[in-house]
Amino acid sequence: MNTNKVVIAIVFIAALGVILKEALYTVSEVEQVIITQFGKPIGEPVIDAGLNIKIPFVQDVNAIDKRVLEWDGAPSDMPTKDKLYISVDLFARWQIVDPLQYFLRLRDERSAQSRLDDILGSETRNAVAKHELIEIIRTTKNRVPTQSAATDNADADADLTIGVLVPIQKGRKLVEQEIFSAAAKKVQVFGIKLLDIRFKRINYNESVRPKIYERMVSERRQIAERFLSEGKGEAARIRGDRKRDLNKIQSEAYQRVEEIRGLADAKAAEIYAQAYNQNQQSVQLYEFTRTMQSYPSIISGNTTLVLSTQSDLLKFLKDSELEVK
Amino acid sequence: MVANNAPPKDPWQMNNKGPPDLNEILEQVTKRINPFLPGGGPKQFTFILLFLLSVAMVWTSIFTVPSDSVAVIQRFGKYVHELPPGLHFKFPFGIDTAKTVPVKRQLKQEFGFNTPGATDEFQSSLNYDSLRETQMVTGDLNAALVEWVVQYRVSDPAKYLFEVREPRDTLRYVSESVMREVVGDRTVDEVITIGRQEIESEALLKMQALSSKYVMGISIDQVQLKNINPPKPVQESFNEVNQAQQEKEKLINEARRDYNSVIPLAMGEKDQRIREADGYRIKRINEAEGDAARFRALFAEYVNAPEVTKRRIYIETMQAVLPNVQTKIIIDEQTSSILPFLNLNASQGEKP
Repeated sequence: MNTNKVVIAIVFIAALGVILKEALYTVSEVEQVIITQFGKPIGEPVIDAGLNIKIPFVQDVNAIDKRVLEWDGAPSDMPTKDKLYISVDLFARWQIVDPLQYFLRLRDERSAQSRLDDILGSETRNAVAKHELIEIIRTTKNRVPTQSAATDNADADADLTIGVLVPIQKGRKLVEQEIFSAAAKKVQVFGIKLLDIRFKRINYNESVRPKIYERMVSERRQIAERFLSEGKGEAARIRGDRKRDLNKIQSEAYQRVEEIRGLADAKAAEIYAQAYNQNQQSVQLYEFTRTMQSYPSIISGNTTLVLSTQSDLLKFLKDSELEVK
Repeated sequence: MVANNAPPKDPWQMNNKGPPDLNEILEQVTKRINPFLPGGGPKQFTFILLFLLSVAMVWTSIFTVPSDSVAVIQRFGKYVHELPPGLHFKFPFGIDTAKTVPVKRQLKQEFGFNTPGATDEFQSSLNYDSLRETQMVTGDLNAALVEWVVQYRVSDPAKYLFEVREPRDTLRYVSESVMREVVGDRTVDEVITIGRQEIESEALLKMQALSSKYVMGISIDQVQLKNINPPKPVQESFNEVNQAQQEKEKLINEARRDYNSVIPLAMGEKDQRIREADGYRIKRINEAEGDAARFRALFAEYVNAPEVTKRRIYIETMQAVLPNVQTKIIIDEQTSSILPFLNLNASQGEKP
């Protein structure tokens, strides 16, 4: 009998436990709950987190995420307005704002994701097809790029395509906005609110890449050639400088030397003139002494000198002869 | 238990094991212990039941929080508070659940490469499509491969857990998107060579703005660019440009060398010639002065006795000159017939 009581107690406790477990449910901070009765939603969705009560066994709890959810689109290839095939990869953030609607229309997240795939996919295609590639690449309209040595064509303004950003009308932000506003309207009916979309990856399609690479290579070649010819040109300029400077220096030297010499000669002439040109006598003396000075160099060892006894030097020679006679 | 009905992809699964199911444990324990129980009376049974219950209660109410984390406590799923590192108690049997979030740990995400052996599964992309991750289109419609790292921390655990379902995946998306946006506004030269710093700081600012807009509870500390390369097929031509740049420098330097080997020398030579000319000038003037002084002195005396002085100078000169002359012919006025016999040729032949 004692055993019976215990058994009854245990059974009672167990039954109570089961009922409590069925009647009570918790709502987490990250979810909202829709109560369904035989599959049909009953009452308002429970949004606040905490402990709640429902009718056991009859009602079911359907938890729906309350957080911001992500949508990561698969990369898909599509053409732009300028007929370039690119692979576009988008991501979006969305939230279930009307859980009842969401529950009725979609039931679970997988179908929500596939709706988003469809809607965002087609809106992306539309938007990309309407714009040139550069519009979804660039964002700020009037950014001026910094120039490197390779692109700085200050002295060669022939190549205007290298180191220059392709001009845009709208830019990435606006294209994203277009896709967003088109898609946001369409997902509203599912109780979903699209928060925003952004381009994650934009790449050239495999088939376009070789062409792009070719262009890049040719651009680089162009830059390389310019460097080479700039080098040669600059070297030639320096060689020209060298010749010019050399001639300049040498001729300046010649000029200075001749000037100095000329001045020196003039000065000397002046000094001589002042000394010699005092009067008639001084001129005569100069003439005489200068002639005398020149004799030693004019008359050298092997000169044959014919002297007359009449000359001043030898006139006494003859007189003495006479005396001897 | 509904409280355990955690969302499917919880980032902290390892720390979020639900409390053990009591009924199961009880059943197992009683099965094992029953045969050994003395007498197996109902009193002992109740006692054992209560004992096991209290053990389970303690077991599920004590928990520790590691030093780099905080614990977020939810009661019946509702956020209650955060607890600092240390030993803590909570309500047992799943009434309270604790999730630890490593708020002090510096976390990072790698893009385009992955450090092997990383314990954090969010550190690099899950499907390792690192090439797709790096490929970018620049603002001049060129292509570049960019690798980078984002350093971040969880700054607000409650927001981190409750606002966004996949904060770390979202951060990856944001990072990739922003990096492409920034690169898309630059030329390939800026991306590869000169604009790195600028890209890092602009990407950091934009990512921070987005992460606060998205309320992810994450704060981004740093964006670091790693390798940035042109695509493989183009790499060679980029090297060619570098080589051409070197070649240019080389050509210019060679020309400069030629210039430098000649011009300073010429300058020196110019100075030399000018100095020599100056020397000539000094010499010429000094000599002239000397000559003039000598002449003046002589002239002063000459004026006193011109005839004598003249004669003296003449004779002195002759005396100095004539001894050197080998052939001297002295002739008289009357004996003029001697000249025809003079052998001019012979004397000329004697010349050396």
